[in-house]
Amino acid sequence: MKVLLSWLREFAPIEGDPVWLGEQMSDLGMAVEEMTELGKGLDGIVVAKVLDLKPHPNADKIQLVDVDLGDGEPLQICCGAFNMAVGDVVPLATLGTTMPNGMAIERRKLRGEWSNGMLCSAAEIGLGDDHAGIMILGDNLALGTDFKTALGIVDDVLYDLEINPNRPDAMSVAGVARDLAARLKVPFALPEPQVAAVGDDAKGRASVAIVDPDLCGRFLARVLDGVHVGPSPHWLANRLTALGMRPINNVVDVSNYVMLELGQPNHTYDLAEVPDGELRVRWAQDGETIVTLDGIERALRPTDGVIANRDDEAIGIAGVMGGASTEISGATTSVLLEMAWWDPMAISVSSKRLGLRSEASSRFEKGADPEVVELAALRFAELLWQSADSATLAPGLVDQRGQVWDRSPIALRTQRVSEVIGIPVGDDEIRALLEPIGFEFDEQDGPGVQEVVVPSWRYDTRAEIDVIEEIARHHGYSNIPGRLPPAVHTGSLTPRQLDRRLLRDVMVGLGFDEAMPMPFLAPGDLERAHVTSDAVHIVNPLVAEESVLRTSLRPGLLKAIAFNESHRNEHVRLFETGRVFLRPPEGQRLPGEPEHLGAVLAGEDAIAAVEAWSVLANSLHVDGWRLDQRVLPGLHATRSARILVGEHEVGLVGEIDPEVLAAYHVNERTGWVELDLDALLAEPHGETHLHGVSRYPSSDIDLAFAVDDQVPASEVRAAIEASAGGLLVGLDLFDVYRGEGVADGRRSLAFTLRLQAGDHTLTDGEVADLRQRVIDAVQASLPATLRG
Amino acid sequence: MTDPQQHIDRLHELSAAAREQIANAASLDELKAVEAGSIGKKGELTLLKKQLGSLDPDDRKAVGQAVNEAKSAIEAAIAARRATLEVEARRAQLEAERLDLTEHPARRRRGHLHITTASRDRLEDVFVGMGYTVAEGPEVETDWYNFEALNIPPSHPARGMWDTLYVDLGEPESTLLRTHTSPVQIRVMQAAKPPIYMIMPGRAYRRDTADATHTPVFHQIEGLVVDRGISFADLAGTLEAFTAAFFGPGIHSRLRPSYFPFTEPSAEYDISTAEGGWLELGGCGMVHPNVFRAVGIDPEEWTGFAFGFGIDRMAKTFHGLADLRDLFTNDVRLLEQF
Repeated sequence: MKVLLSWLREFAPIEGDPVWLGEQMSDLGMAVEEMTELGKGLDGIVVAKVLDLKPHPNADKIQLVDVDLGDGEPLQICCGAFNMAVGDVVPLATLGTTMPNGMAIERRKLRGEWSNGMLCSAAEIGLGDDHAGIMILGDNLALGTDFKTALGIVDDVLYDLEINPNRPDAMSVAGVARDLAARLKVPFALPEPQVAAVGDDAKGRASVAIVDPDLCGRFLARVLDGVHVGPSPHWLANRLTALGMRPINNVVDVSNYVMLELGQPNHTYDLAEVPDGELRVRWAQDGETIVTLDGIERALRPTDGVIANRDDEAIGIAGVMGGASTEISGATTSVLLEMAWWDPMAISVSSKRLGLRSEASSRFEKGADPEVVELAALRFAELLWQSADSATLAPGLVDQRGQVWDRSPIALRTQRVSEVIGIPVGDDEIRALLEPIGFEFDEQDGPGVQEVVVPSWRYDTRAEIDVIEEIARHHGYSNIPGRLPPAVHTGSLTPRQLDRRLLRDVMVGLGFDEAMPMPFLAPGDLERAHVTSDAVHIVNPLVAEESVLRTSLRPGLLKAIAFNESHRNEHVRLFETGRVFLRPPEGQRLPGEPEHLGAVLAGEDAIAAVEAWSVLANSLHVDGWRLDQRVLPGLHATRSARILVGEHEVGLVGEIDPEVLAAYHVNERTGWVELDLDALLAEPHGETHLHGVSRYPSSDIDLAFAVDDQVPASEVRAAIEASAGGLLVGLDLFDVYRGEGVADGRRSLAFTLRLQAGDHTLTDGEVADLRQRVIDAVQASLPATLRG
Repeated sequence: MTDPQQHIDRLHELSAAAREQIANAASLDELKAVEAGSIGKKGELTLLKKQLGSLDPDDRKAVGQAVNEAKSAIEAAIAARRATLEVEARRAQLEAERLDLTEHPARRRRGHLHITTASRDRLEDVFVGMGYTVAEGPEVETDWYNFEALNIPPSHPARGMWDTLYVDLGEPESTLLRTHTSPVQIRVMQAAKPPIYMIMPGRAYRRDTADATHTPVFHQIEGLVVDRGISFADLAGTLEAFTAAFFGPGIHSRLRPSYFPFTEPSAEYDISTAEGGWLELGGCGMVHPNVFRAVGIDPEEWTGFAFGFGIDRMAKTFHGLADLRDLFTNDVRLLEQF
């Protein structure tokens, strides 16, 4: 919502530094997004007329324009716009002018041709958003005169305010003035239009039937005669332009002016095109059509409201857009003026469905003021009379009421006000804050309870808490001293949150960067990764490439690796912790969202991946895990394993299937770790029960076995552990060897066993016995033989 | 019978020769050889000493004394020479081990937490320090949790404040990617009775075209306090305390009236900047009575406040990130800067 300071001042004596006034509005919840001082930088701009247009001899995108400043002498200007014609009147920034953006206009040569000034677009002089072409002025202006004087532009301040949905009152200049006047403690008054009603009474010339009262809370119709459609006066057109609306003609402009000033959208019909002046207000029928003002035929639904004529044909979409059949034209003399209050929800649904959101619909859907319609109609008549001096208001008004919201008084407890805001507020202070913005007080409802009548322009205010917010707002949030809640509480992270942080820290220590791929995937991504494709889909994605919710972290991390490879970042280690989404089983509403940890090791093999996992396991104090090597979808067929803790699978480790890598355009061998944190952290972990360290010396023995390739090293390890018993305090696989001395299909696995007793120094005999026991056990249980 | 003087002369020769050899010994090994050849078990001096038995007792005493003197002199010379040689040997070894420490290759590097995670952790830590616990909830939500329970009934105009991504579960437009972390408030209040002092960080989704200041996936942190006697003043004080703790002393907070369906009174939360301006960080307000009613908490008995802000935007502001989309590119050249 844009407002002009000069316009605000028509309702209240608002004084003060413009910046300070802006701060007051922000502090009232009408945040100033932009403040512009108008009229600044317009000195030196004059009215000129285009005499001739010639191509620039050395440039295609510039033309030479000869202009006349009233003396008939051509003055050459180089101009980059091509929208003007010979005879057009345009603004010219003369030499020596400093433009609003600070640019100084000087005589200069452009590609060899002199330019003696600059023709201006509306945007360049702060009179609109149009950058595209030179501003074309009315041709009744005296050439050579000062542009500001000619257009009646006065120095002013334009505020662009952000208005919240709960402030229907602030959707008008008058409403903003009312709020600001209350803050400044100056009196506020609405306009009192001076209009003499003449001619035939509107009753008898127009009638309104509200067929569906749940659609329309109020419909006021008046008739204006002697209308001549023509241009609006400059002052009115300038204000509309400043507030971001394009002047069209006096009838449309006055309609918009009244809406901006009083917040009451309105509509005009050519009375001659409304048979018997009869209007019927009802919900649309399914499939009913109407050609709207923009010439488009639209099919309606029962959720749209319409204004129909005597023959029940729709001639307007309620609160959204008028119909073409009754549009004001040059031939119009009598106007039927509609001032209505529409159900906000109806307008919200209808304008959204039709994709027709407008200044009018945005006001109706916030809840307009059903009681301002008489004033708005009079103001319309007054302004139209000023704009087309023969227009007159017919006496009599056609006024029908349907349903509006429940406007019963609200019981306001003084104690509750203080409790919510946190400072003591008395009854008198409450009144002093609320009365200036239109709230009224009925008799006291007993001690400490006041009956508050909410003004008609506050559709949003329905409950005690809404009134309390208004008190806090006008008291000023910054005048509420802060304090801390009195109670003392113990803050903490949950075990899961602590574990997650631990895992991330360990990954970072292992040299992994934390990545954050979007959880959205393209159709086919999951299939290309050979992971479950039974995914949840987004029904209304922005783009199809972001329509599938991931069931696995693999596609996102592989894309990240491919991205990095393509930017010459190789050997990258990335990890991510995040949710994956699994379609819910029948009868369950929401998807499963297990949290996964995924890690990719570009240019590294499965062993490196297992090392990373084993550090993670060690950090979490997960004991008794083992790898179950097997073929797993999407992973390298001979280099991947399930991670088991007890009998539970908690993750996968290995390498990505080369076929998947190719599909994701990853060129390096890629190690992979994937943990289901929900499963992993459900296993016993984190227990750190210290046991003492033996004071007695330890003995190391090395054993190398030639073992069949099919037998995992983990089985040899298990056999050693099982047979060595409690004296085994360390077991390290220190060498794997294939080649001379070891039969084909076998490899040598060399282990160091560290043996130690807690209560004595091991004797040579004990060590020798244990050594033999281990050798026997391994050879007996596995296809393995002791080497050398 | 031998002449003791012969022995003494021989001793002097031996001693002089040994000391010369000691002085000339170039290494500890050479020195050891000299030691063995002179005063060692089979050294000449030792052999000489063994011959003393054949001397007269008087001569034996005189020669014996001379032997001991010679031995002491040799031992002293060896010790001195050893000390010198040891210093030289240590020096030589250290010199042989000389390393140019600037030759280090970048073989190992640490990884890096994502800037969003690092920011989230810091935020959590400040609030944990203020007595809050941390709650999480699902990212795919029902309309009820995301909107209705938060005082945003179906077709409420305020729904236009959130562009929602819906998923293909349940009735059309009944299941969605949460547009804010606020549904976790509802789940928390259903699960726990007041008093509640919690923050709820997490991921949220909107149907926003990605640009420098918007991404369809983003991260929020939400706070909720429900207790007896909680007021807007407590909200203002809590955010001021958070501001000082998180941004440092000298940075202050400001609340401006705003609108959110789930809070009333509602406010925007701004912090002061070093340049003297204000920076909008998030929204907050007193929990709306309708939200309490939706979860069965009596709004007459309990009051509360809620606040929320964008983690990514905070990270953007405080780490000089130009474009929010960079958070999701996973380019290690960006990731490794944090």
